[in-house]
Amino acid sequence: MKTTKTKLTRRKSAAKANVRTPAAPTRGDLGALLVSGNFRLVDLTQTLSPDFPTIVLPPEFGQCRPFRMEEVSRYDERGPGWYWNNVSFGEHSGTHFDAPIHWISGRDLPNNSVDTLPIAHFIAPACVIDCSAQAKADADFLLTAALVKRWEQRHSRIPAGAWVLMRTDWSKRNDPVAYQNLDDTGQHTPGPDPDCVRFLVNERDVLGFGTETIGTDAGQAAHFAPPYPCHYYMHGAGKYGLQCLCNLDLLPATGALIVAAPLKILQGSGSPLRVFAIVPAE
Amino acid sequence: MAQVVKRPKRKNPVERTRLPTLPPATRSRVALGLTAAAARGRFELQVCRDCGAVQYPPREVCRICLSQRLFWRRQDGMGELISDTTLHAAQELFFRERLPWRIGDVRLDSGVNVIAYVHHNVGAPPCRIRIEAALDRSGQAALVAMPERGRPALSDDPKLREMTCNPRARKILVTDGKSAVGQAVARALAAAGADLIWIGMAEPWKKSAGFDALRELPQAKVVPLDVTDSRSVRELAGEIGGKVDILVNTSDCHRAFSLAARRGVETAQLEMDVNYFGLLRLAQEFAPTLKARAADGDANAIAWVNVLSVFALSNYPPHGTYSASKAAAWSLSQNLRADLRPAGVRVINLFPGPVDDEWDQLEMPPKLSPAALAAALVQSLQGSVEDVYPGDVAQDWLARNLESPKTLERELGEFDR
Repeated sequence: MKTTKTKLTRRKSAAKANVRTPAAPTRGDLGALLVSGNFRLVDLTQTLSPDFPTIVLPPEFGQCRPFRMEEVSRYDERGPGWYWNNVSFGEHSGTHFDAPIHWISGRDLPNNSVDTLPIAHFIAPACVIDCSAQAKADADFLLTAALVKRWEQRHSRIPAGAWVLMRTDWSKRNDPVAYQNLDDTGQHTPGPDPDCVRFLVNERDVLGFGTETIGTDAGQAAHFAPPYPCHYYMHGAGKYGLQCLCNLDLLPATGALIVAAPLKILQGSGSPLRVFAIVPAE
Repeated sequence: MAQVVKRPKRKNPVERTRLPTLPPATRSRVALGLTAAAARGRFELQVCRDCGAVQYPPREVCRICLSQRLFWRRQDGMGELISDTTLHAAQELFFRERLPWRIGDVRLDSGVNVIAYVHHNVGAPPCRIRIEAALDRSGQAALVAMPERGRPALSDDPKLREMTCNPRARKILVTDGKSAVGQAVARALAAAGADLIWIGMAEPWKKSAGFDALRELPQAKVVPLDVTDSRSVRELAGEIGGKVDILVNTSDCHRAFSLAARRGVETAQLEMDVNYFGLLRLAQEFAPTLKARAADGDANAIAWVNVLSVFALSNYPPHGTYSASKAAAWSLSQNLRADLRPAGVRVINLFPGPVDDEWDQLEMPPKLSPAALAAALVQSLQGSVEDVYPGDVAQDWLARNLESPKTLERELGEFDR
């Protein structure tokens, strides 16, 4: 941890000199921005594929069904002029969205499932916290409230209603074994610590928390108090989760708008989705 | 002397792959009784309930007293080879391609005469022999005169070797090597002389105890294969389908729940997806190539093995959904067998009782060890059978099911969990 802190401090001084922290365009600016063409789009979505790993739970539990695709026809006797597939997947497979109803703490909230959540939340600004160096050094790296506050000093205060995205470059692990990073004590992937989540929810009123790993929580979060704090506190407060994101390294620390609209599944607890960012040109 | 089976030469790519020919396969309905017994490794003949006369060939009425009360009974097969002949000409394409072919006239101690193939270890007549019923490449029973002593294997005779699916020098796909049974099967096949064993591995991020040690087998090559993923099955078939001589389907999902013990269909679907649809996916992708390579010289495609469960015979309520998925797989395996039989590729089904693994933890012994199941599997390939019920529990269930399926169903329903 000490090393990590030192690195971050060093960067902070660099940041003071170089990094601009533009504010995300407001809703009113958005139309003008799109018309101007003065922006780039960044796809934050992994390809839905049968090889993409899903969350690992003990085998006696119910399981998230991995993405599967069965061909219906391919310009053949099953359908001479057309190609199409039937697909199946768990709500929490691939790059996916978690709605509050996903967790027991959010089960009684209004508008807590993907079919009822406010569509105003489908577009929101993002604060991207770069933890890639720490995650590279320590697979069990935990983002703390102190580190978030330091990020704020370097950039700007996290606005209410923003996504906080934890960049770890974990999505660059193309080998699913390295991506899952399981050993006989479970999964080892980075995430936020309980105090950090409480800070983001209670003091910053974020829209949700997004990660490049399979969960918004750290791999070892089953052993935290409470277990899976990011799920527990975020969803308990009506906040969302985004998981298995990629290309976070192509986003500025602030200034990007995230478009994340889950499928409208009746009483759905989440869904795979296409997530992308609108990044205004500097 | 046991024949030394060498690794076949590499295929000559300018020569046509020959098409399979089969020995005559037509049988009367009653004669299929011989096949039914041979499929389980038994030599049975009809016996008259009234006068006790043993019958051959199979018939509707007793050859002595014309009684219709004939039943099939296991025979010891002991007898005498009276004369033998070596054929040097034949109209049947199957024999024509394999001449010369030795046949003999045998007088069984039970009082009937049979014509049989003669194992090359049998000396000149007259001599004592033992008749075995084996399955030929058409899947029908054929009688073979074996030496009375010494117990040589069918596969020691280069002509009769085709009645077996001996894994020696064969290229074999084991569809799931992560399970205890899959690992034991891969090891047993290696010990039995397999040339190459592809070992399927699904969900590589989930480690499985003992799996990494399999990689040290010199014959082993780990390949990605998830039978719940059509694309994965198709890709592997595209890569190695043209080389597989024997496919051993060890893919199995067992979650040990009865209908009432778990809400919803998710877990049952997963069992079905592996146990039933997995077999369907494998069959659609691999069976066509196996058929096409059924006569591909000495390195031909010869067999397909399914590890089913004796729970397929009759639903075992503590494992109710698993039983149903295995029953579905059993049914589909019969479709596969009908599909592969015209090419001479044999489908062998194993119906083990409870296996000493994680998911049969609460079953009382006797339980079949994975190694014992694997040994039975290899033995079934070395022999000439279609249906194997390894272990005491499987034998017991089979006998009870043959006697009265309804009684077995009712008894299995009396579990107290």
